[in-house]
Amino acid sequence: MNIGQAFKMAISSVISNKMRSFLTMLGIIIGVAAVIIMVALVQGTTNDITSRMESMGTNLINVTLTGRYSSVNLDMDDMEKLVEGNPEYFVSVAPSINGNVTAKVGTVNENTSLLGTNQHYSTILNAEVESGRFITEQDVAGRKKVAVIGKYIANHYFEGEDPLGQSIKISGQVFTVVGVLKAKTTNISQNSQDDRIIIPYSAAQRLLRNAIIRSYSFQAASKEVAEKASEKLEELLLSLLGNENAYNVMNQAEMLETVESIMGTMSLMLGGIAGISLLVGGIGIMNIMLVSVTERTREIGIRKAIGARRASIMTQFIIESIVVSGLGGIMGIIWGMTGSYLLGKFTSIPTSVSVSIVILSAGISAGIGIFFGWYPANKASKLNPIDALRFE
Amino acid sequence: MTSALIRIENMYKIYKMGDSEVRALDGVNIEIHQNEFVSIMGPSGSGKSTLMNMIGCLDTPTSGKYYIDGIETSQMRDDQLADIRNRKIGFIFQSYNLLTKLTVLENVELPLIYMGKSRSERHRLAMQAIEKVGLSGREHHRPNQLSGGQQQRVAIARALANHPPLILADEPTGALDSKTGKEILEMIKEIHQSGNTVILITHDEQIAQTANRIIRIQDGKIFSDSEVGQA
Repeated sequence: MNIGQAFKMAISSVISNKMRSFLTMLGIIIGVAAVIIMVALVQGTTNDITSRMESMGTNLINVTLTGRYSSVNLDMDDMEKLVEGNPEYFVSVAPSINGNVTAKVGTVNENTSLLGTNQHYSTILNAEVESGRFITEQDVAGRKKVAVIGKYIANHYFEGEDPLGQSIKISGQVFTVVGVLKAKTTNISQNSQDDRIIIPYSAAQRLLRNAIIRSYSFQAASKEVAEKASEKLEELLLSLLGNENAYNVMNQAEMLETVESIMGTMSLMLGGIAGISLLVGGIGIMNIMLVSVTERTREIGIRKAIGARRASIMTQFIIESIVVSGLGGIMGIIWGMTGSYLLGKFTSIPTSVSVSIVILSAGISAGIGIFFGWYPANKASKLNPIDALRFE
Repeated sequence: MTSALIRIENMYKIYKMGDSEVRALDGVNIEIHQNEFVSIMGPSGSGKSTLMNMIGCLDTPTSGKYYIDGIETSQMRDDQLADIRNRKIGFIFQSYNLLTKLTVLENVELPLIYMGKSRSERHRLAMQAIEKVGLSGREHHRPNQLSGGQQQRVAIARALANHPPLILADEPTGALDSKTGKEILEMIKEIHQSGNTVILITHDEQIAQTANRIIRIQDGKIFSDSEVGQA
């Protein structure tokens, strides 16, 4: 019997039992949709984290000094010496002093975050200037009261006016705006990466009354040496500080790898849990196919009596099972993609539907049809025509 | 004498029931030639149904040989038997045995599908058979929209569709009223007259008389085998 004929019969059989077919499909629909949504969630989150990390800069090595376990205090000069002494590993280093301050322009007076750093920060951590300039070496050396402001500050404090050259009061001291940073986020809002002020670290040390800098960002010479550079850095810090608990070195590539491996595991785990519902759906199909074989014993008997071979009967039932699971799979993909889209649109959770997982679930659902249809179809094909014809 | 269409040689069918055995067929020998019209008669439990299953290739004997159209089938596997049923035998059952979800045309096309005929060939042969049983114009009806007699005619069309050498009718009038039953018997007679070999299985003496030859079976043995009118 040809396959087209079998498909036609399978579809008419599905249509003549609409409710039952739908309920049977529901298991597959939910399973496929769940797999797609779960994986889309994990994928979306991974993409989000990765892009955030990548936007922080490339070939980045972060060093934090804990301030304990060692009597030695390293300052910016020591760090610069490290860079100069190892040009094969390091390009530059930028310090970070962070603090919360109030910033005032005219009547606007709000809290914001302050960062004190040097001229290298712009390249190491991807803080590009949209207009004006970044902090310079002279600003640092001269402890100049200049500020580079985030896009939110520019929009919110200086509404419509060009902030360049204007004054901003930071914790009571007057700074001159020399540059505006490019927006880092799409909806520029308060407390985001765009709500911050960058000033020379020398000025920040005074403003925050904090002489000790504990956080440094090194730029490795290249991606290839990044790992070696972070090892070298640990070695140097250990010899300077004499205790390995006195510092902490974090390499961006390693962090990315860690995130990706955690998310990979998450994806497998959630996808696997959702996959179990696919299995349950498949068993549902097998159950209904067995009922269908029993109900249609007489039909099978008639078909065999007039010359249907085993393979013909088998094909008919397997195709019917594939049609049910395949339709379920298609509906599941539609539900899953719609669900992921709505979730991404109406919640803050990012989602990203991957084509490969859609193809995989389509394949799996057709496979379920074959796998779980096999046993009932085989049972049907082995029916003895005499017994089957006698069946009422 | 023409060559035998059906030859049964020393056929036994023995069912084991615990320790005892039931000899449903107990050494049967039958020869049926091309274009004969034979009734096989016997009360229930006589082995009549078993014999019909053997002739119809729905079952295989415990021992003995069965030739249909020159082919020995007693040792065949399921699929080979299915092919024999498909090509050599047209079945007419007591309860019509039509597929209720399919239309008249689709029902008649069914054996042609399993034969592997092309769509156009299937359609042509099926329409021919439907015309022969006088159901033209009803090919898109479903069986449950037809009367019992009409349904049996659909079954006859299905049996004729692929022009098998043997038509095997099992109590074809059993589910019909006597008037319709007569019509169906007339039609089976016509089928015989147009050159088919027909075997009619029945328990009814009057119906058996329609045929030219009556084989009576009892306790699994041929009890008598005679031309009609000489009994």
